[in-house]
Amino acid sequence: MHIDPEKAKALPFRPIEAEIERGRLRFFAKAIGQRDPVYSDVEAARRAGHPDLPVPPTFFFSLEIDDPGSLSFLAELDIDLGRILHGEQSFTYHSLAYAGETLMLQPKITDVYSKKGGALQFLVKRTDITRLTGEPVAEATFSLAISHPEVRA
Amino acid sequence: MTTTTEIAVGTELPPLRIEPISRATLALFAGASGDHMPIHIDSDAAKKFGYDDVFAQGMLSMAYLGRLLTDWVPQHKIRSYRVRFTAVTPLYAEPTCTGRVTDITDGVATLELTVTLADGTVTLRGDATVDLS
Repeated sequence: MHIDPEKAKALPFRPIEAEIERGRLRFFAKAIGQRDPVYSDVEAARRAGHPDLPVPPTFFFSLEIDDPGSLSFLAELDIDLGRILHGEQSFTYHSLAYAGETLMLQPKITDVYSKKGGALQFLVKRTDITRLTGEPVAEATFSLAISHPEVRA
Repeated sequence: MTTTTEIAVGTELPPLRIEPISRATLALFAGASGDHMPIHIDSDAAKKFGYDDVFAQGMLSMAYLGRLLTDWVPQHKIRSYRVRFTAVTPLYAEPTCTGRVTDITDGVATLELTVTLADGTVTLRGDATVDLS
């Protein structure tokens, strides 16, 4: 079933409050084979001038999907999990974030467009990431490709 | 870590070779990243969706490419980082992350980034901008 762009763009997303935990950052570092101790050893991070373990470049994606409601838009738009692929992902950075901080994430669907005569649809979701003071930390943009094999291109 | 005075258009980042992707790699990344989609960790679910077996999370490859960047410059120098996922990464694949400087304007370098498997398949293409000042 095709996504109605106007319905998607009007979907409300509540803000997500995300605490950054040292243990989770160490687990993430281990899972990606990170050997730089700045990302797992607080003393090494401090020696490099950081107040604590830094949040690595792609971890903001995890802060968002940790929220139990973060994927509910898929069900609300009747998107079949068997037909989706992560198409693109981007981040723009303003300042580093660290373990011990609490960040606010505000997602919003900003675009829905079709390609190949409607056989493929793309949904674009942008998330603004800030400190509790409102200071910007990063923006994340997620692009999902949804196939509609019933449409012949 | 590289000093920024050595960087010019055409500079290649030292390639980052990744250990072959195992089921354990995918299970660990599912837990650490919070992406619990069964298609990456449960062979039965992958088959139900028409795949031969589980395959790697796209964000795992993006995290590997992120390591290439932070091995090269301190993370606060990275202004933007984006990728397009062009092919799935199957089990046992051996990804290599590469990057090359394609432009330097006003003290900001643009890097072209790629993840390539041992058989030549390109799984990710992307770019990043890095502050050289």
